[in-house]
Amino acid sequence: MSLLSSTTALLGKELRTEFRSRELLTTTVVFILMVIVLFSFTFDPTYNESRRFGPGLLWLAFLFAASLMLQPCFLREQNNDTLSALRLSVSDPFAIFLAKLVANTLFLLFTEVLMLPVFAVLYNVPVLRVLGQLLLVFFLGSLGVSIAGTALSAISAQARMRELLLPLLLLPLLTPVLVASTQVTVGLLDATPFLEWKGVGFLLVFDVIFLTALWLFGEYLLEE
Amino acid sequence: MTAPGFSPTGIRFENIEKRYGGLAALRRIRFEITPGECVALAGRNGSGKTTLLRIAAGLVRPSSGDLTFPLAAGAPAGAPLPALNTEAVRANASAGFVAHATMVYDELTAEENLLLFARLQQTPNAAERVEKLLHEVGLFDRRDSLVRTFSRGMRQRVAIARALLHKPSILLLDEPSTGLDPQGVAWLAATLRQLRDTGRTILMSLHGESEISMLATRAIRLDAGLIVADTRTGAEVRSILTFADA
Repeated sequence: MSLLSSTTALLGKELRTEFRSRELLTTTVVFILMVIVLFSFTFDPTYNESRRFGPGLLWLAFLFAASLMLQPCFLREQNNDTLSALRLSVSDPFAIFLAKLVANTLFLLFTEVLMLPVFAVLYNVPVLRVLGQLLLVFFLGSLGVSIAGTALSAISAQARMRELLLPLLLLPLLTPVLVASTQVTVGLLDATPFLEWKGVGFLLVFDVIFLTALWLFGEYLLEE
Repeated sequence: MTAPGFSPTGIRFENIEKRYGGLAALRRIRFEITPGECVALAGRNGSGKTTLLRIAAGLVRPSSGDLTFPLAAGAPAGAPLPALNTEAVRANASAGFVAHATMVYDELTAEENLLLFARLQQTPNAAERVEKLLHEVGLFDRRDSLVRTFSRGMRQRVAIARALLHKPSILLLDEPSTGLDPQGVAWLAATLRQLRDTGRTILMSLHGESEISMLATRAIRLDAGLIVADTRTGAEVRSILTFADA
């Protein structure tokens, strides 16, 4: 109960501060939009090429945008030493991680949903008939990115080369998520769409394992 | 006199050491603060005051040694300490900590900040408590303003209100008068005097003499991570805080 109420209070704080500063959402939306538009006009892909390469491009854009978004996640808690105040106030430090990763997942999902119509139009890919399955993959993929990214953001925020460290740690760790998400998305955007359950299962297992690890060891990541 | 709702609590440092790589920030720190005592920590920059306060707050883990919080339920300050009960302290009366940084969010209003921490600390009647504290720190009229629009002194008032939210039995203050104007310092001194007189234990780092340092009943000077002076004698307390004996 304490974990739930603390997480809810902290999630409210995360959403309120973001919607006031719009720091993270602006960065990610602009970045993804730039990648999608730039590649569309540079390569002018055919219908079949779009189906084959579009999903990879989309997930690469999501991943790099996420790494931009995750960087300030714990960094901005250091400006006024608010992380110390949180550590002193919550009875379960996992609530700090849980609120941040839920917020990051929501921000990422919001950006993805916002960018999906742009992608569909520019790359001439029909997405409406598989919208439900696409949202499932977006959710599982974004959750995986957010869980691992939030944990690594806590580690890198205390390091000296923090700006460099997060992408260095994050990108190799998230390669399996990127591959699985892309594969499932390729199947969904196929001429005869199908849901690759193996990929969905992999994403689910990745999310559960990393969430459990964060729950068990997260407290140590916050220590000075 | 003991205020209702908390048990007077002391702090016992037993051979605390803190090393950052090869640098010893604290060495063989061993002293005890009896419940209700008001202790001023003095020392030059880098002498270990902040590290000691952060260890007492539980934010930094010591490299070695033990930190315990003896409870003295119903006992007057200075009485022999009963058996340790660390868990009870952690569960019921964790310390209120004011650090160098304000530890509040710039993008939230004063009221939102206090309500957030009150909810996290599961403070009973959070809204009422926040309203009362906003009145006490003189920010009730500015409760809906974002903290980033505040002066340093106003932010410090929010920081002090945050530390007092859960009516802590121990107060750990790292140069609490930072940024406060003379009226602010007078208000803080009056608040701390009231808290000290109702049995709260106070450990604070200070530089020089002020209305706040006058509250100290004991002074400890650190030098390069070691305790070099510790006194409860009034005149010596002043000389330790002003470095008159250094």
